[in-house]
Amino acid sequence: MAIHEILIQQLFNGLLIGSFYGLVAIGYSMVYGIIKLLNFAHGDIYMLGAFSGLVFLSIATPAIGAGWGSLILGMLISMLLVGLVGVFIQRVAYRPMLKAPRLSILITALAVSMILYNTVMLLSSGRFLPFRTEISTESFFLGPLRLTETRVVLIVAAFALMFIMHMFITKTMYGKAMRAISLDRDTCQLMGIDVYKIIALTFFVGSALAAAAGIMAGVYYGTIHFYMGFLIGLKAFTAAVIGGIGIIPGAMLGGLLLGLLESFGTQIPFIGTVWKDVFSFAFLILFLIFKPNGLLGRSESERM
Amino acid sequence: MALLEIKDLTLRFGGLCAVNALSLEIEEGSIRSLIGPNGAGKTCVFNCMTGFYIPSDGEILFQGQSLRDKKPHYITYLGLARTFQNLRLFKGMSVLENVMSGMHCRTNAAFLTTVLRTKGQKKEEKHIREVAEECLDFVGILDKKDFIASNLPYGDQRKVEWARALATQPKILLLDEPAAGLNKDEKSRLIELMHRIRDERDITIFLIEHDMGLVMKISEKIFVIDYGVKIAEGTAQEVRDNPKVVEAYLGKEEEETA
Amino acid sequence: MAEIKKKAKTTNPFEIIVEALFNFFENKVYLYAFIALAVGFLIIFPNVSSRFTQEIMTNLFFYVVVCLGLNIIVGYAGLLHLGYAAFFAVGAYTTGILSSRMGMDFWLTIPFSVVAAVIAGLAIGFPTLRLRGDYLAIVTLGFGEITRLTIRNLDITGGAIGLIGIQRPVFFGITLNQISHFYYMFFILAIIAIIVSYRLENSRMGRAWAYIREDEDAAAAMGINVVTTRLYAFIIGSSFGAVGGSFFAAKMTAISPDSFMFIHSVMFLMAVVLGGMGKIPGVVLGSMLVVLIPEVARGIGPYRLLIFGFLLLIIMLYRPQGIWPDKPAISAKE
Repeated sequence: MAIHEILIQQLFNGLLIGSFYGLVAIGYSMVYGIIKLLNFAHGDIYMLGAFSGLVFLSIATPAIGAGWGSLILGMLISMLLVGLVGVFIQRVAYRPMLKAPRLSILITALAVSMILYNTVMLLSSGRFLPFRTEISTESFFLGPLRLTETRVVLIVAAFALMFIMHMFITKTMYGKAMRAISLDRDTCQLMGIDVYKIIALTFFVGSALAAAAGIMAGVYYGTIHFYMGFLIGLKAFTAAVIGGIGIIPGAMLGGLLLGLLESFGTQIPFIGTVWKDVFSFAFLILFLIFKPNGLLGRSESERM
Repeated sequence: MALLEIKDLTLRFGGLCAVNALSLEIEEGSIRSLIGPNGAGKTCVFNCMTGFYIPSDGEILFQGQSLRDKKPHYITYLGLARTFQNLRLFKGMSVLENVMSGMHCRTNAAFLTTVLRTKGQKKEEKHIREVAEECLDFVGILDKKDFIASNLPYGDQRKVEWARALATQPKILLLDEPAAGLNKDEKSRLIELMHRIRDERDITIFLIEHDMGLVMKISEKIFVIDYGVKIAEGTAQEVRDNPKVVEAYLGKEEEETA
Repeated sequence: MAEIKKKAKTTNPFEIIVEALFNFFENKVYLYAFIALAVGFLIIFPNVSSRFTQEIMTNLFFYVVVCLGLNIIVGYAGLLHLGYAAFFAVGAYTTGILSSRMGMDFWLTIPFSVVAAVIAGLAIGFPTLRLRGDYLAIVTLGFGEITRLTIRNLDITGGAIGLIGIQRPVFFGITLNQISHFYYMFFILAIIAIIVSYRLENSRMGRAWAYIREDEDAAAAMGINVVTTRLYAFIIGSSFGAVGGSFFAAKMTAISPDSFMFIHSVMFLMAVVLGGMGKIPGVVLGSMLVVLIPEVARGIGPYRLLIFGFLLLIIMLYRPQGIWPDKPAISAKE
């Protein structure tokens, strides 16, 4: 393969993986923006999405097959269910902690993460489960780019979700309320905004997006595992920091950028796939040192 | 040379201008006040002086040294101590421990000396305790040193904040609305305390205040700001007679309090 | 002078017992007598117990050492550290490499492992703590994973198989190779860790950590450098972990990446949080729970982490100060 073909191929791969990161990072960043919580359980929500998609498929396949139709239906149902799980977690575990010291709520988030992945581990006996679909895996070429139907649909779907999300945040009242709460929760309460409802909605939307990303990852990789959320939680945080934590377009941008960095990074000799994760962690540290407010963040002179 | 000099201090938040080209000087050994209606930018001036905000423009000189880009802890080390408008005590800790915090920047025991409990470290600990107790005694609440700070009545909590600021051994003390929430009796004792701090400890005092009566009684010189701009300065009498001040602030205030 | 009263009377039997104990040990003579008895018992313990129980007790002492180190970061400085096992690995591998590959004497490797931990601590602590305290949690989480990947993929660390042939320490001519030797070694380490923790807690630095934990801005206004003070906690705590790791390597003589997983970081954290963050007896109690529960309740095996997850959640929601109670507060009577 010629060098430019490799580059184009990696560009595509990077954008695809990056869009998964971006979708997870949005929820991470939204929750951080609104209640200043690093939600460790967010990666596990992604994992939960993949598993609920799998459960749906295993039920639905005999009836309606495992083509795009049932996959999309499964995705919508999983987004709804996992979104509700996110709201439930928020209600039970996080809301009582909103006024507690920051350390307590961080530990609570860790506890939630442990509960989620250990439950799924026990239910799945810790095995890798195949994520079977009936979607064509035949590849075709678009110029130098080798594609499959799956990959094209996935990338289109991911970008569509991000676009819908962007419209939701910028154009609707809910989106405005979310942004307002992230600026000043107490004032919002005084202005008559139902803060708890908006926080719950944030968790719903964030979790639903993560679930969607989880299912898409299942389709893409073909197997799922209870521990799949751990690393992506870290990557999503990195993406959120790169874009500017709390800023939603930043999370998408950061996700895509991180995907690209990884996919090109693995092409560099010495780095390769073995050091891929070390490479992206190094980027996190570099960003924290040189651009702590992220690409889209403003410097904060306003403290206290 | 003035102890503290503010030159063209400007602070902007986005488009909003909280402090606008403010200049003032504070002489050593004086008591000065900064007054102005709510939201005039008084606390912003304090936050710039103590390093919590970074000024957009202008200069703050303390003994001729610029405080720009200095961190809050370093500014305290240089000799500016502050109190907060809404009490910011270490709520779960004892009164004595609260005041001992002020000595942190005047002492230096580190890991090894602490772990080995060297003679110097023990002596230092004793010294910290003594200074803290002396400061508590000075403000008159030494008998409450073992109480948990948040369990004290409001007036006493204020005193803890004062003692804590004094324990940093400052050259200038910045008081953010020290009379807020105090009754008449407590206010008159506050005035006495401020004079004692200045006279017995040679500490310059700069305060932000809302309570006009108190400011008029205590300050030799008053600066008035409104919308971040200095509109007057002078003695209590001069300020009181300044039509600009009356318009911006005193007129309303006196009607209310009369 | 205002009257002094204790916290409102409780009807909770647990609290009543604890309060009675507090009052009993208010008398220093009883307290010292109790400590002397406990230490005496632990000294003769290996003569009256099986190798298996000694093994468990050694593990407990090891947990006490490492968790007291983590407690400096989490309990004293209020920073969440989710990659503690990585610092433990830094210590273990430093000793492991120097000992098995270069034949260095065990005791000489300890300063190296501390230095390695300090460097690692600075490398991730400095950029992170300059920003927000809670970023540290996720950065340490990432660091834990990266460290594990790194030791898995490098040649010098022995890859996935790990290192073997780490030399036993020699102490005054005695080669430490019996379980009772290690029992005493970790016992002494635990006592040192308790003393060091106690002294730090009740010092200028310990107070500075508490001030920052209570109110960061007020602490800065009092002249405390928030960043360096936190960095101190992070580095001192991490060094504890590294020293623990060095001794762990010496005891095991073989180490592999599997001993330094995220789960281990979580278990250390569990011990600190369950017993009570920032309280030395709490950390000892927490270590006992984490080490002994799986030994006592063998059946819980696969459910262990799930149960610990729920325990952590319940503790955070209903008793954030941990199982060990706080000292009764003195308050002014209105």
